[in-house]
Amino acid sequence: MSANLSAIFYLISGILFILALRGLSSPETSRQGNYFGIAGMAISIIVTFLTVGNFGSGFIYVLIFLLIGGSLGAFIAFRIPMTAMPELVAGFHSLVGLAAVFVAISAFLKPEAFNLGIVGDIKLASLIEMSLGAAIGAITFSGSIIAFLKLRGIMSGSPITFKGQHIINLILGLTIIFLIYYLCISQSSNIFWSLVLISFVVGVLLIIPIGGADMPVVISMLNSYSGWAAAGIGFTLENTALIITGALVGSSGAILSYIMCKGMNRSFFNVILGGWGATDQSSTTNTKEQKPVKSGNADDAAFLMKNASSVIIVPGYGMAVAQAQHALREMVDLLKKNGVKVTYAIHPVAGRMPGHMNVLLAEANVPYDEVFELEEINNDFANCDVAYVIGANDVTNPIAKSDPQSPIYGMPVLDVEKSKSVLFVKRSLSPGYAGIDNDLFYRDNTLMLFADAKKMTEEIVKSL
Amino acid sequence: MEIDPFIFRLSIFILSIFVGYYVVWSVTPSLHTPLMSVTNAISSVIIVGAIIAALAGSSNTVFETSNIFGFLAIILAAVNIFGGFLVTQRMLQMYKKKKK
Repeated sequence: MSANLSAIFYLISGILFILALRGLSSPETSRQGNYFGIAGMAISIIVTFLTVGNFGSGFIYVLIFLLIGGSLGAFIAFRIPMTAMPELVAGFHSLVGLAAVFVAISAFLKPEAFNLGIVGDIKLASLIEMSLGAAIGAITFSGSIIAFLKLRGIMSGSPITFKGQHIINLILGLTIIFLIYYLCISQSSNIFWSLVLISFVVGVLLIIPIGGADMPVVISMLNSYSGWAAAGIGFTLENTALIITGALVGSSGAILSYIMCKGMNRSFFNVILGGWGATDQSSTTNTKEQKPVKSGNADDAAFLMKNASSVIIVPGYGMAVAQAQHALREMVDLLKKNGVKVTYAIHPVAGRMPGHMNVLLAEANVPYDEVFELEEINNDFANCDVAYVIGANDVTNPIAKSDPQSPIYGMPVLDVEKSKSVLFVKRSLSPGYAGIDNDLFYRDNTLMLFADAKKMTEEIVKSL
Repeated sequence: MEIDPFIFRLSIFILSIFVGYYVVWSVTPSLHTPLMSVTNAISSVIIVGAIIAALAGSSNTVFETSNIFGFLAIILAAVNIFGGFLVTQRMLQMYKKKKK
């Protein structure tokens, strides 16, 4: 296939990828969008085979490796529980990163295969592009591995910080730039290998200081990195599909990071530099344990909700941990039978990745038109009889609106306290991830339900 | 004076960033998780580089280091392509409207 013809097909692939993302603007069109994405991928792969035009034994091996990887991927995709989505995505990011590194290495070892010059005399632009692709790919790989380990609970979610951390990162970052410059002058393979190695280290150092609850930002950020790495390789290979995709994925991840940061009212750098919660504990301990708390049992909760005309459910990560989403749906079904209007309110950073709660509720067969985002539903709390908070904490804390001293001051929160009564399912009065006491526990209209989220919900179902 | 082809690629890149910016803002927040998994899948189009790397100059059965890195990259990208699209599909199947 001629280079011009294949370039046109790659452009078509790129457009199909844009349509794949466009489809996600509503659940109605999303499934069709996914098919566009698959079609774009198929076109890219077939066109590449035709362009290389080498159907010898190597081609058979390529197909075999494609099938091995493909069946492994399919197996994972069907088996993975929805609660484990964040670590799956982190794991997948690491694969894209490593693939980018491998392609860059291959291009460096054999530039003539990619029309980039010959060993020892690679075109300057190509050299810069491939070393950027390799460096960002390596950072994505090792960073995603750390994110995966933290999300999976293999590694502690608490931030790992040490003295001089930022200075070391800065020095390593400058070293990468210097190495790329030096690589362009010398074309030395030793420099190239050290570049890859240092980038792996930087990826680890970038992610270890970031705490568990900031994972939504981390995953989005790594998503963005994987896109930029792909774009770097796309420039090296002079491939339009890869350049378009890299740009799409890069900006998508960046926007998601921005949305997540805004959901926590924190600047991007504040998250990246890490260590939230560790520093703020001193200001929170003074007034604890003294205030009266009303607590109730499942029967009280059932009574309150059965006699309400409208109930808003506020789910959080705790619901996912307790696997309470199915019991919750059962409870809501019973309430609806009693003529209660039930809706769900989702905070942007509920869960461990963007949109995580929505997927879990969808899995429990909750219709998506009953689920609302913070801005859409926040005014409804004032007119609602019962707010049922399950597994959420910091995102409902009214202190974010009233106390400028609080570390979460300014963070958008759900106005749960405005509803006539609040049912708060929680195991104890312990503070949330941010390490601050929730004022809501001590309000007159709050009834604490001390129990595991799933158990409590099941008990309420029974007494309904 | 002729324009370097690099400039054309750069133009495509910059314009795609803008397209990405507007398209992603129009994605409904409830589909942000599928958005991440599908972007993951499409960024594995890096497999085209892996295929070229794997097949470069190997009409015979002798493989060089560069070919081996290509094959490894094919496996990684293939896991992502199949895994990413299928898990996205699985999630999207679950989004249903209220039964009336």
